[in-house]
Amino acid sequence: MTNNTRVELLKYMIMAREFDASMLRLYRQGKAFGGVYSQLGNEAVSVGSAMALDPTQDVLFPMHRNVGAHFVFGATIDQMMQNQLAREGSQMRGTDGTGHYADPRLRIYGNVSHLGAMIPVANGFVLAGKLRGENTVALTYIGDGGAQVGEVHEALNFAAVHKLPLVLIIENNQYAYSTPNSQEFAVDQLSKRAIGYGIHGETIDGTDVELVLKTCQAAVARARRGEGPSIIETQTMRMRGHAEHDDFSYVPKELLDEWALRDPVNTYSAKLIADGVISSEEVKQLRDTTLDQMIASIDRTLELPWPDASEGFKQVFL
Amino acid sequence: MTTYLDAIADAIRIEMRKDQSVFMIGEDIGVYGGAFKLTKGFLAEFGPQRIIDAPISEAAIMGAGIGAALNGMRPIVEMQFMDFITNGFNQLVTVAATTAYRWGIPVPMVVRGPSGGGVGANPFHSRNSEAWFAHATGLKVVCPATAADAKGLMTASIRDQNPVVFFEHKGLYRKIKDEVPEGEYVVPLGQAKVVREGTDVSVITYGSAVHMALEAATMLEADGASVEVVDIRTLVPLDEETILQSVRKTGRAVVAHEAVLTAGFAGEIASRIADSAFTFLDAPVKRVAAYDSPTPFAPTLEKAVLPNAEKIAEALRSVLAF
Repeated sequence: MTNNTRVELLKYMIMAREFDASMLRLYRQGKAFGGVYSQLGNEAVSVGSAMALDPTQDVLFPMHRNVGAHFVFGATIDQMMQNQLAREGSQMRGTDGTGHYADPRLRIYGNVSHLGAMIPVANGFVLAGKLRGENTVALTYIGDGGAQVGEVHEALNFAAVHKLPLVLIIENNQYAYSTPNSQEFAVDQLSKRAIGYGIHGETIDGTDVELVLKTCQAAVARARRGEGPSIIETQTMRMRGHAEHDDFSYVPKELLDEWALRDPVNTYSAKLIADGVISSEEVKQLRDTTLDQMIASIDRTLELPWPDASEGFKQVFL
Repeated sequence: MTTYLDAIADAIRIEMRKDQSVFMIGEDIGVYGGAFKLTKGFLAEFGPQRIIDAPISEAAIMGAGIGAALNGMRPIVEMQFMDFITNGFNQLVTVAATTAYRWGIPVPMVVRGPSGGGVGANPFHSRNSEAWFAHATGLKVVCPATAADAKGLMTASIRDQNPVVFFEHKGLYRKIKDEVPEGEYVVPLGQAKVVREGTDVSVITYGSAVHMALEAATMLEADGASVEVVDIRTLVPLDEETILQSVRKTGRAVVAHEAVLTAGFAGEIASRIADSAFTFLDAPVKRVAAYDSPTPFAPTLEKAVLPNAEKIAEALRSVLAF
């Protein structure tokens, strides 16, 4: 892995981290409404996985906690801020928020709140590519909770039968809203379900961004060779509530303390400093500059008017 | 003369020959040619890339259609029976129906299959569920009654930029035969048709009930009553103007469909008539629909709960006598 790539990984993780932190501040200030879903502690998964794709030919189907993947695929901070704060000029015209963003020019097709619903759709996207002889790989995500939805099963079986170029990350962040893994499924590793579909599956540490990248690169390569879909379960911890209204008091404090030591941004910064790839001063500068970019973007976005009410009556049909 | 089933197959075949982006996906549509043999010969002509047999996974099939549509294709998704659309309901109403509004990206997809009762097929192979989808916002809903309309509306549906739910009536597949134009034929979505002109009362209807209404109109001739029959053909978009014109002329209306009564689409039509043609009405608007139950299996039960020409004739007489 080149030093350039390693710095890129860190840069995108810091962007995701600071964007997330900005949204949490805006929520507390009453300036962000609806659900604010933090990806704190999960940045390595979003960034490492999306970096494995070729944004000129592949396609991203992110979930609501994958802001890092949006950035890797070229979404700008302003664009994401306008979407999150539902301001005039946002791509969704104010019709939706909460991370459900699509930008066909960037090959990003976002989520809906019904988790698992976009996996069959990701299949269709790459099926179309296959019919036209293109080599598009789709990367999509589901949580440890969402993995229990029937559509996920149907989609994986379908993708396996048709050998579709699909990479599914199961982001196991231990809790589905307030429900722990133990009440969601009985298998010790969700990736073992791959056996039942006749596809590749593995479980990895989701706080190690380089491991995520390498594992996803291998999955993308298999997909491109026509070997079909892969399931990659990434083990992380959801360090905030389901959304910011949720005080997550049901999560044992010791568990959070334990995972805090494995914070992906901090551990990767330390690693790159230790390897002499970047200095601690440069890391600090990167974080400060990114924070400044967020603050400037928030200022610009909050000055924008709300979308005109007439938008609510447009585009039900095209 | 062409059957309703052949007319639909013809429309699909013509579009598939013309447009490489049109393909079909469903269960048993390839080698087997579909449960009703609508796609007989399609696999041989178009190959397994464009006639795709999928596992029994309506959500996966529906999603495959949506995703392919997002990526520039025009999929035709077959539900082996429209009853099974419930297994793909989330894909259709949550994803397909909201994509244009939220993202501004077209989902040019047709979901089609056999619906309706009267053939002794049990509660799970007989449902008329068009009202659910008319209520979903973002889906066009088509219910052809004749072979020519089935062809023309199918062509229009395939060419539409929006998701279309196309309800074929399995009882009409081989029962109805009419003159169907050869070659490319389009009936635009959102245009009702006066299928029988009359002056005393209007029946506003669609699908299989159009044939019941025409039969009832003939029965009423004996009473000296002139019945107009309007086939709305598409629920969404709805051609309200043609409905209102007819009711303003006759001053009386019966709304009929094979689907169950409560929260059925007849309620929507009756309400629009009340809103916009109230002062033209000489009698309350009456609805004829199936009894509010699942569609039963035994012929005696099924015949009893479903509407028919006699029930429509009875409603017409009561409206005329008001």
